[in-house]
Amino acid sequence: MSGMFKYILKRIGIIFLTLIIVISATFFLMKLMPGSPLANAARLSGEQRQLIESQYGLNDPLMVQYWHYLVNALQFNFGHSFQFQDQPVSRLIAQRIGPSIQLGLQALVFGVISGIGLGAAAAVRRNTKTDTTLSILAVLGVSIPSFVFAALAQYFVGLKLGWLPIAGWEGFKFTILPTIALGMAPLATAARFIRTEMVDVMGSDYIELARAKGLSQNEIVWKHTLRNSLIPLVTLIGPMAVNLMTGSVVIEKIFAIPGIGGQFVSSILTNDYPVIMGTTIVYSMMLMVVLLVTDILYGLIDPRIRLAN
Amino acid sequence: MTEKILEVNDLKINFNTDSGTVQAIRDVYFDLKPGETLALVGESGSGKSVTTRALMGLLAKNARIERGSVQFKGKELIDLPEDEYRDIRGSEIAMIFQDPMTSLDPTMKIGQQIAEPLIKHQKMGKKEAWDKALDMMNLVGIPNAEAHINDYPHQFSGGMRQRIVIAIALIDNPEVLIADEPTTALDVTIQAQILDLMKKIQKEFGTSIIFITHDLGVVAGMADRVAVMYAGQIVEIGTIDEIYGFPQHPYTWGLLNSMPTTQTDRGSLEAIPGTPPDLLNPPVGDAFAARNQYALAIDEKQQPPYFQLSPTHFAATWLLDEQAPEVVPPLTVRQRWAKYQQAHPDASNKHAKPVEASAILAR
Repeated sequence: MSGMFKYILKRIGIIFLTLIIVISATFFLMKLMPGSPLANAARLSGEQRQLIESQYGLNDPLMVQYWHYLVNALQFNFGHSFQFQDQPVSRLIAQRIGPSIQLGLQALVFGVISGIGLGAAAAVRRNTKTDTTLSILAVLGVSIPSFVFAALAQYFVGLKLGWLPIAGWEGFKFTILPTIALGMAPLATAARFIRTEMVDVMGSDYIELARAKGLSQNEIVWKHTLRNSLIPLVTLIGPMAVNLMTGSVVIEKIFAIPGIGGQFVSSILTNDYPVIMGTTIVYSMMLMVVLLVTDILYGLIDPRIRLAN
Repeated sequence: MTEKILEVNDLKINFNTDSGTVQAIRDVYFDLKPGETLALVGESGSGKSVTTRALMGLLAKNARIERGSVQFKGKELIDLPEDEYRDIRGSEIAMIFQDPMTSLDPTMKIGQQIAEPLIKHQKMGKKEAWDKALDMMNLVGIPNAEAHINDYPHQFSGGMRQRIVIAIALIDNPEVLIADEPTTALDVTIQAQILDLMKKIQKEFGTSIIFITHDLGVVAGMADRVAVMYAGQIVEIGTIDEIYGFPQHPYTWGLLNSMPTTQTDRGSLEAIPGTPPDLLNPPVGDAFAARNQYALAIDEKQQPPYFQLSPTHFAATWLLDEQAPEVVPPLTVRQRWAKYQQAHPDASNKHAKPVEASAILAR
């Protein structure tokens, strides 16, 4: 296992380097943008403008500004928001990212696990009515946007039946409807993917050998088919996870969830550069961590990859 | 006469496809005694693999067994309920597959893959089954087996993987082993090793083997009896000496003639011209007639019966009929005949009598 440990350390080192590159790119891209945060503040006198600029360090040479930003950013200090006075960006993000990550992970787990189950069921009963029905549902799941599910769930489960709260963020009960709404797309994607993959695997020679061993259909699915079908799905889960965890603006708005998605959009609308930069950097870091996790998962599922490194 | 372990009687299997009904197996008869090796020889599409899949009860969904019976130790296997068939598969009848590169599960330790039939059929615990798996790995010649029992298939070469596949087939000590072209996907040097291994195992366990191949050269050192298949039928069946020394069916001649020997001159190899018939609409007469330079007029109209040359030798060709004209087979075949007749002075094809196909089973 020490090989694994070394591998993870190495990957963390690479994540660190990538992070520096992302911070640098974000910084210089922001600097390249035309105008300044004070461009619209025409009523400021020259003196006031100078005062503000020196307060924010905007008069320092570019490389000095860059160095300060880099050092601070690596400590998760992204400066203060322009929009909300005296709010450090890191605290803004910290307050908002929790619900988004929780909701994203819940939706991912719910979607992927049910997707695998339904996809496997369809594959085992391929070319039957069950299979056709599940396939049609999966296409619907992929093509209908999440806000439609959200609205339907709110109306029927929340309003008509009154089983679950319609909106808000005050406990697990409040997360169920948004989880389902957000999890529909990954569910349908995973189901379609697993079905195709399993049908493929079930036609392979080693499954025929498993049959020749006298194993039953269920034993074959559990012991041989499923694991081999999961390998390509892991590739899909990485980007899916980041997508879900970085917050769905629409779902957050519909269910009044204090997540980071909504905040990111509003920071762009108000030119709140420190928030945009901070959020971008945090997103990219989440992506890198998720990719590391998927690579480790790969190794756990597929021995060929485990030993290849 | 020893007890038969397997008897295939008048087996006929059709496949329903989009373009119609393919008659893959047409009235096949053969049997197998304990410890015996029967080679099924023929080109692709002749029905060798379908026959064995039928024995394993692993036919594709669109296959329909039209008629016939497969008796294993007196028990009828056709229409056996699936759960009873599972008890036989991998336990009493086991199978070795063609391509060792794809027939092992890439994500399962080979120890587990070898032990699986024992855990399933003997309800053995994992520890005990793995111990047996280790013994079997040693037996099939995997060097340093103990260090490799936790390895995965990709860590082995093709030859080693085929040894693992053989270990899986043998682990529950089956009475019948079906080997579906077990050496086709291997290098020639590895082929010889695998064949030696199979012979050694047969000697040790007394397993009966059905050996599928398209390579008569491989058969020579392996089989006791040979059944030559063409277009879903057995066209000639006999002991290895009879088929190699005294072949009667022009298709068998073609197969033997296309085999390079030490006497083969420089230049090209002999090939059988043409392609096998379309089994959607099998020809009325002898299926081989269209490719047969020795074909008679009657071959176009009527299927030849089996002509019996010895208690064990049968060939389905009109050339053995008493009204048939004398034909001169290819030189290599004449040489084989001459050599055979030296050893068996009373061997003759002049007095072969047409018999019912079921006579094949009456040896």
